[in-house]
Amino acid sequence: MHFPILSVIIFTPLAAGLLILLLPAERKTEIRVIALAAAAVSLLLSIWVYASYQTAAGGYQFVERLPWLPALGISYYVGVDGISVPLMLMAGLVVLTGVMISWNIEDRPREFFSFLLILGTSVFGVFASLDLFQLFFFYELAVFPKYLMIVVWGWPKTREYGAMKLTLYLFIGSVVSLVGALAMYFAAGQHTFDMLALERAGYSTAFQRLWFPVVFFGFAVLGGIFPFHSWAPDGHVAAPTAVSMLLAGVEMKVGAFAALRVAIMLMPEGAQMWRWLILGLATINVVYGAWIAMIQTDFKYVIGFSSISHMGLVLIGFATLNHDGLVGSGMQMFSHGVMTALFFAVVGMVYDRAHTRDLTRLGGLYRKMPWAAIGFIIAGLVSMGMPFFSGFVAEFPIFMGMWQTAPAVALVAVLGVIITAAYILRVVGRVFFGELPAELAGVGDVTVLDKLAVAMLSVVMVALGVYPSLMVPLVESGVQHVLSLVGGA
Amino acid sequence: MEFVVSHLLTLILFIPSLAALAMLFLPREEVRLIRWVALIASLIPFFLSLWLWLRFDPSRQGFQFEELYDWYPAIHSSYHLGIDGISLTLVVLTTLLTSLGVLASFSITDRVKAYMILFLFLETGLLGVFMSLDLLLFFVFWEVGLVPMYFLINQWGSANRNYASLKFILYTMAGSLGLLLAIQLIGVVSGTFDLPLLFQRWTSLAGDARLLGLPVSTVKAIAFWAFVIAFAIKVPVWPFHTWLPDAHTEAPTAGSMILAGVLLKLGAYGFLRLVLPLYPVESRIYAGALAFLATMAIIFGALGAYGQDDFKRLVAYSSINHMGFVVLAIAAAAWAAGTPNAVIALNGAVLQMFNHGLSAAGMFFLVGVIYERTHTRDLNAYGGLFALLPAYGGILIFTAMASLGLPGLGGFISEFLVVRGAWPVFTLATALSMVGLLFTGVYVLKAIKKVLHGPLNERWSGHLKEINAREAVVIAPLMALSLVIGLWPAWILDVINRAVSMWF
Repeated sequence: MHFPILSVIIFTPLAAGLLILLLPAERKTEIRVIALAAAAVSLLLSIWVYASYQTAAGGYQFVERLPWLPALGISYYVGVDGISVPLMLMAGLVVLTGVMISWNIEDRPREFFSFLLILGTSVFGVFASLDLFQLFFFYELAVFPKYLMIVVWGWPKTREYGAMKLTLYLFIGSVVSLVGALAMYFAAGQHTFDMLALERAGYSTAFQRLWFPVVFFGFAVLGGIFPFHSWAPDGHVAAPTAVSMLLAGVEMKVGAFAALRVAIMLMPEGAQMWRWLILGLATINVVYGAWIAMIQTDFKYVIGFSSISHMGLVLIGFATLNHDGLVGSGMQMFSHGVMTALFFAVVGMVYDRAHTRDLTRLGGLYRKMPWAAIGFIIAGLVSMGMPFFSGFVAEFPIFMGMWQTAPAVALVAVLGVIITAAYILRVVGRVFFGELPAELAGVGDVTVLDKLAVAMLSVVMVALGVYPSLMVPLVESGVQHVLSLVGGA
Repeated sequence: MEFVVSHLLTLILFIPSLAALAMLFLPREEVRLIRWVALIASLIPFFLSLWLWLRFDPSRQGFQFEELYDWYPAIHSSYHLGIDGISLTLVVLTTLLTSLGVLASFSITDRVKAYMILFLFLETGLLGVFMSLDLLLFFVFWEVGLVPMYFLINQWGSANRNYASLKFILYTMAGSLGLLLAIQLIGVVSGTFDLPLLFQRWTSLAGDARLLGLPVSTVKAIAFWAFVIAFAIKVPVWPFHTWLPDAHTEAPTAGSMILAGVLLKLGAYGFLRLVLPLYPVESRIYAGALAFLATMAIIFGALGAYGQDDFKRLVAYSSINHMGFVVLAIAAAAWAAGTPNAVIALNGAVLQMFNHGLSAAGMFFLVGVIYERTHTRDLNAYGGLFALLPAYGGILIFTAMASLGLPGLGGFISEFLVVRGAWPVFTLATALSMVGLLFTGVYVLKAIKKVLHGPLNERWSGHLKEINAREAVVIAPLMALSLVIGLWPAWILDVINRAVSMWF
């Protein structure tokens, strides 16, 4: 029995979250330190997993399996492949930086950090799940911390609305997927939720064509697919900063990842049939999302809609069902997760100090908080797909994938790139440069932990952009497996 | 030492960036230190590129100093560098102008550290374009250089900088979208981004084959125009030039020097390195259209320059005029590929790029010098300054003459070669362009007259300072090189000519 590294990554945050709840509320320092330590443990171990994953061997590694409900064919079954390993790392990074930038939260920090960590367990759990039931278990585990954190700590103006909308959308989505998953369970007739077994279940073409859209779109709601995306901007904006980072950075990837793992990989023939619809909708995501981001006047909504646009590229990459597109999507999931976490972190830093997110009332903050400004600019360059930043090395292969299957999509989706450049530059100019409004004269700089969080996220994106081979071979090994299932179409 | 020799291009390319990263750790207040570190960081690649020039063997076929490493194997892109005579010339121009630009920027006092860091990053972006032998890598550097330039204009520019910087970056990025798509297409079709391989694989695609359901020739024609538009915006060729006057006018002095001196050459280099070799057939088909646009650029650029009352804007328009000759030569070579005329025209084009780099950078610098003293660029506000600033006046006249193409100075040689090469190919366009050359004389003389001659504007008497030693050091190499090339061009033409003859 080797060291159960994945379980430790998954359950350390949960254990710490429960431990925190047992502490008296006044002991804020201990609460924070425990949260930080738990997040750091998960991150360090996910770095360990990342570094020691055997790319050449491929497949699922660090596998652990325990019977859970044997009567129903449910087991606790975890393992990671080339696609989930980077996502584990990304989730670890975002949870840790989320804790760091929430350090000075004053309103009930005990519950806040506890819920944040439980959310962390949920996302780690989904990424590592090899059992379909367990995947849903972790998927749904996120619902209550998400809802509560938005309602309690969110933006007072819209938190009830945002939380309710987000919860309902995602709940309906997951119920729809669950129905599809149950259909898969029964159709396979093997009395198991083991996804590796289900991969070989050999569903009939008719079954796949019928059930693929149910499962895929159910999950894709969380991935932000048009026209089921509208929970995302409202939810992101209503949420407190760290939750926005996790929602947009990690949770949307959870949706996309589940759509890939369950829908595309288990029902590849269904994917072949429905890919055109996905391509079409996701292209709308890319261009429409960017366009709506362009016309926002609320700083946070700009970023909220930019996520819609970028997630569109992930879904397009999936729908190409070819090597380049899938590799690009794998990279984009990581890159966008880190990027958007940094975006929301900086938005939070600005809002905490300026007490407004109205783009017409912000300005000149570069001189007040240069680290936040540079972090935002770096995330902006990633977002624009600028070479030498991770966005480029992710988006370029996606476009190459489009050329191989749907050239028209490439021609349309590329518009998203230029619109993105326009809104990013507009926001950077409005918020960080130009005249400093008089009422912002007293704004202070960000904290040391904030700077550290900005630096961590930025360095990752630049490193990956300069030398993509840090991650690409890993993603490629995961993609090989996907291609073997979809038949390399 | 062995490492230095075998990685000469990498060192030249990344020393500025590494220095910029190191400068992040310098204290913001140590302005003098930051300036000198930046200058030294830009001089090292300059001297290395001189060494490169000495080690370069013009008589050898193909690319030299090649370096090839994996970069993004999943999509078959590699870190492939190498230079020939064409790129070597431009590498030396870039490292020279960056050093001079840093020196010229010693007068910057606002956020010196950020400024110098961006300036050094910019150098890496520019050099990368000239050194890349991988199409994707080319695009990487092509695009990434925009970022520092955007911020230099946006943060250190003059009054209208927000508008100008946004127009600059959106215009260029929008122009690059087609290039991006075409590069992806080429990568998908050819299975590689390696340029020497693409020169064979992509060009050999022909005949009845179909791509994406369309005949190859149609796809190639579309991809050709995607390339051409991206590069035409950068050069810029009329009617894609409208970003230029704004960007050049609003940029800080050294930014304008690099914009005019190097950035415009990226577009022309794109034509030479990519368009002509990758699309020989399409280039020939559309050469006439390109020649037309070039002629328009020459004529309208000159007329536009003449119409300005803003000294800097006048110089900006003059770039459109001068770069028109480069494009005219490229068009002629595309039409007459394989003939001596093509070789002569392209010799002229490359030399014109180099010469224009010298003269335009010099002119922008001199505009900056007078602006720092008078805080105006309005030509009507000057007048009779020769009496106050004889040394500056002499330098300005010299540089303006170099720009105008006075025999004995560099511009004459290159424009003569262009005209000589293009005349038998596009006689009418060349003849019209020579009329444009006449207007060049007119606007240059207008500028000189308005600034230096006429009645002295009493506003300035008494307190205008003469050009100082640092400024003289910036302008001297530009003047000297212009004179040397004007009198004895063989040393540089030899390098250019052999490269051009091998290719075309």
